[in-house]
Amino acid sequence: MAKIIPRPQLSLLEQLYFVEVFKGMALTIKHAVRSLAKPETIPVLNYPEVQPELPAEHRSEHRLMKRADGTSRCVACYMCQTACPARCITIVAEESPDGDIEKRPATFDIDWLLCVFCGLCVEACPCDAIRMDTGKAILVEDSRDAFIANKDRLMDWSPADYPAEDIISQEAPGGLLNEQALAAMQGGMFSAGDVADVADKETC
Amino acid sequence: MDLVQTEIPEGFTRSAGGGHTEEYYLNMGPQHPSTHGVLRLMVRLDGETVKEIVPHIGYIHRSIEKMAESQSLIQNIHLTDRLDYLSCHMTNLGLCLAIEQGADVGVPERAEYIRIIVCELQRIQSHLLWWGCFAMDLGALTAFLYGFDEREKITDLFEELCGARLTMNYFRPGGCVSDLPNEFIPRILKICEHMKTTLDEYDNLVSKNMIIRERTQGVGILSKERALSHGCTGPVARASGINYDVRKDEPYGIYNRFDFDVPLGATGDCYDRYTVRIEEMRQSIRILEQACKDLPDGDFRSKEKPNYKIPKDEHSFSSVETARGNFSTYVVSDGGKTPYRIKYRSPNFSHIGAINDMASGYKLADLVTVLATLDPVIPDIDR
Ligand code: SF4
Ligand code: SF4
Repeated sequence: MAKIIPRPQLSLLEQLYFVEVFKGMALTIKHAVRSLAKPETIPVLNYPEVQPELPAEHRSEHRLMKRADGTSRCVACYMCQTACPARCITIVAEESPDGDIEKRPATFDIDWLLCVFCGLCVEACPCDAIRMDTGKAILVEDSRDAFIANKDRLMDWSPADYPAEDIISQEAPGGLLNEQALAAMQGGMFSAGDVADVADKETC
Repeated sequence: MDLVQTEIPEGFTRSAGGGHTEEYYLNMGPQHPSTHGVLRLMVRLDGETVKEIVPHIGYIHRSIEKMAESQSLIQNIHLTDRLDYLSCHMTNLGLCLAIEQGADVGVPERAEYIRIIVCELQRIQSHLLWWGCFAMDLGALTAFLYGFDEREKITDLFEELCGARLTMNYFRPGGCVSDLPNEFIPRILKICEHMKTTLDEYDNLVSKNMIIRERTQGVGILSKERALSHGCTGPVARASGINYDVRKDEPYGIYNRFDFDVPLGATGDCYDRYTVRIEEMRQSIRILEQACKDLPDGDFRSKEKPNYKIPKDEHSFSSVETARGNFSTYVVSDGGKTPYRIKYRSPNFSHIGAINDMASGYKLADLVTVLATLDPVIPDIDR
């Protein structure tokens, strides 16, 4: 339904200007008092001393996920490289020593200067091998080359920085689930393990 | 040297010289705080009165339509984020609807509701930003901060939903990338409840102010006929009394299930454009409440296809109502992975063409008001 918005005339008092201006002032003071009394309600940070808390879903720098033995979960299937609209992922594949897996990346480079942080690579990966949840949203480097992240840099993260519920992160070396995951891996790379969740996730 | 310029600059109907020596040209922009981006307005002035305006666009042309031809349809979704960045969920939806139509993809019920919820949140968010900038352009800096304060709550929700604050890239053909996070609906309802009271408070702050009334009422009038002939849509057209809202007239998604009003203005001046937008926020809150109440369980995306292809020679077209008006997408396919051509029709382009009709005859300061109430998003014009 369409409705024409009426335009009521201002009352004489309102036309006086001062009354309304003081009402506006009252609103300003209300906000000022609120922010003094309850500073946690204002969405302002003492940036950069205080850094914003990014939710886990925030698309920030990439990382490559690791298996329990510390190798990369990536199987060099090129799905992310194909999905990437900015064409900033370069993968060179090589044969994997593990009999159950065909390939692994010899090099895996992401050019963060080209990346548009769209998240399509994360969506495309069939193995959950690439994620964008590092929470590092600020990229500062002093040369263009330094923005190209190689495989080592992408795999340089610690499970301690990720929540305990994040099973795949916790399976990596140093993680809470690493020993269980290693035990589960004994009979071959991806045989069903004692840890139900591990078996659940190990689809690659 | 002869100081009187006799040659007519491109776009103007008359020169400033030749007997009208008091007339002169002034460049507003490309870097000017009131243009909210890189827009250059060449203005012919007589003293302080605006005689004619010629907008120059294209400063941030990124050839998105050409780029679209080398990207697959899914890869194109993130490019639509960069058109109207304040309504990027809606522009995402526009392309997704076109792909769904061409590639024959269905959408689950829950995904339809999620889309409505997210789009209406974005409309409120965009109008809040506009409200703040509008007040700031008229000299009220406090309102700018209040608008951003409220907007921040919605932006935080989006950040949790899709991982970004501006370039959302959330919709996909057949649904959305992810389901709503936990506690999302109660938080939206809380925002709605909070907005209802604060919106009145903030509206009074601006609309009861005599100075703002004097500066907006009867200024920048766009008649119904001129609005139609310029192809204006959205709040700008509705303020001129044109009863056109894509959500009502050609409902996409499940908009026909919701009960909401289309606010209209009577005169088409700046004040009408202000009230129409404020009222739209209230209507969006109404839609949000209805959608949150009815949100069904189920899938958030229909079964994914490895490749979304539109058959050869098939043309698909979709229109959505963004916060600024009718945003249409036209996809022509040659049967391949990438589209043959994608054409976007953006509301802002039409609006900026109407600026001469709106602001000429008023003072230069009124041009700032007109620009503020037009709410142009420059990347959407240039593309
Ligand atoms: S986030 Fe997007 S642009 Fe960046 S690497 Fe992944 S797919 Fe490519
Ligand atoms: S999609 Fe995943 S597994 Fe495949 S190459 Fe990329 S990161 Fe590796």
